[in-house]
Amino acid sequence: MAFHERDGVRMGKIDFGGISRDACLEYIPDAALGDYVMVHVGFAISRVDAEEAARTYKYLTEMNQLGEIEAPEPELGGTAGNST
Amino acid sequence: MKYVDEYRDHAVAQKLIAEIKRTVTRPWVLMEVCGGQTHSIVKYGLDCLLPKEVELVHGPGCPVCVTPLEMIDRAHVISRKPGVIFCSFGDMLRVPGSNGDLFQVKAEGGDVRIVYSPLDCLRIAQANPNKNVVFFAIGFETTAPANAMAVWQARAQNIRNFSVLVSHVIVPPSITGILQSPYNRVQAFLGPGHVCAVMGYREYEPIASRYRVPIVITGFEPLDLLEGTLKAVRQLEQGRAEVENQYVRAVDQRGNEAAQKMIVRVFAIADRSWRGIGIIPKSGYKLNYEFRDYDAERIFEVANIQAREPAVCISGQVLKGLKKPPDCPAFGGECTPQTPLGATMVSAEGACAAYYNYGRHLIAVETAPQSAEAKA
Repeated sequence: MAFHERDGVRMGKIDFGGISRDACLEYIPDAALGDYVMVHVGFAISRVDAEEAARTYKYLTEMNQLGEIEAPEPELGGTAGNST
Repeated sequence: MKYVDEYRDHAVAQKLIAEIKRTVTRPWVLMEVCGGQTHSIVKYGLDCLLPKEVELVHGPGCPVCVTPLEMIDRAHVISRKPGVIFCSFGDMLRVPGSNGDLFQVKAEGGDVRIVYSPLDCLRIAQANPNKNVVFFAIGFETTAPANAMAVWQARAQNIRNFSVLVSHVIVPPSITGILQSPYNRVQAFLGPGHVCAVMGYREYEPIASRYRVPIVITGFEPLDLLEGTLKAVRQLEQGRAEVENQYVRAVDQRGNEAAQKMIVRVFAIADRSWRGIGIIPKSGYKLNYEFRDYDAERIFEVANIQAREPAVCISGQVLKGLKKPPDCPAFGGECTPQTPLGATMVSAEGACAAYYNYGRHLIAVETAPQSAEAKA
């Protein structure tokens, strides 16, 4: 990601798996180089939380082992902050 | 691509499906709200992998599909006016209005342009000071901050030859409408991940508790959808009705507050008509009064144009989760993505187009007796 300003709007160059495209960063003002963001119609609307992504994936890959030992559910790790 | 490939892992998907099978004890009907989720479910055949007790029905969250016919007719009238450059997201160009689509207007000499971002329209407006640039501002809460920014920036930069034809809708009133219908079959929702990335998910909590319905905010990759389904089935089996967040890597409870702030600056809540469904009170956005100079409906005096849906199309019932594409006699025959009768066949996110593009019209005949049996 590289930053620049266009017509008074903060923009960034985003790498979409090899294709790079500009996106407006006004809604993720603290986006930093190397962050992963979700882009919709040319606007970054959310930053992907790398820790949560890794934790959810780890939870999913380990799920069956947990199922086999009849671990209590549903508040297993990885999806913290789920219900309210 | 990172955060995409991992969530398409076949072995993990099989584990999730096994866990859903182990959890389910009776039939449940779940609705995925977003068209993007529908697309992913049909593309990866997730609905065919789930145990027969878990039925997925497809929701109203396809922005192109729910844009009402009269709004498309208004777009056509504006785009045919001399001196107008009409800009839109690409999907909207193929949606049939009462008299053809925007491609036809373009073929007849209208200046209709596809834009990637609404901010592109401001550049077009600056480059064409003698033309009126109109942007077709459709979409859900996900798109609203982008469209709001275009209007905000137009005023900040004193761009006077730009306006927007607003047809914005919001998700929560449509979910409430589905739940209030006497014909409703939906017992749990896979909530809209991208919408909640912007809005958070606080506003779904009163819906979950009032209607006793689990709502699991869910992402768009196969593993997201399977995990969302598992969480919803667990809640149903345990008699819980809560808002849960499966899409933790992109969504938190509060959402994107900077984006919400811009929406409120530019838009106000308004009654909106949904294609195939009708008017839902307080279900969308209109421009705030202070931005009336950017309101294309007012500038081009098209607000009184009305339209009537073709009778054969059942897209309204598909959008409400009451019917599925193969239930329509026109599906795959008279109605295809090349010759769409209704919006659910036009948009890539529409349920009918997803079923057709992934070959479901070829197996529709084979599955029909099964669904009759299931009903008996």
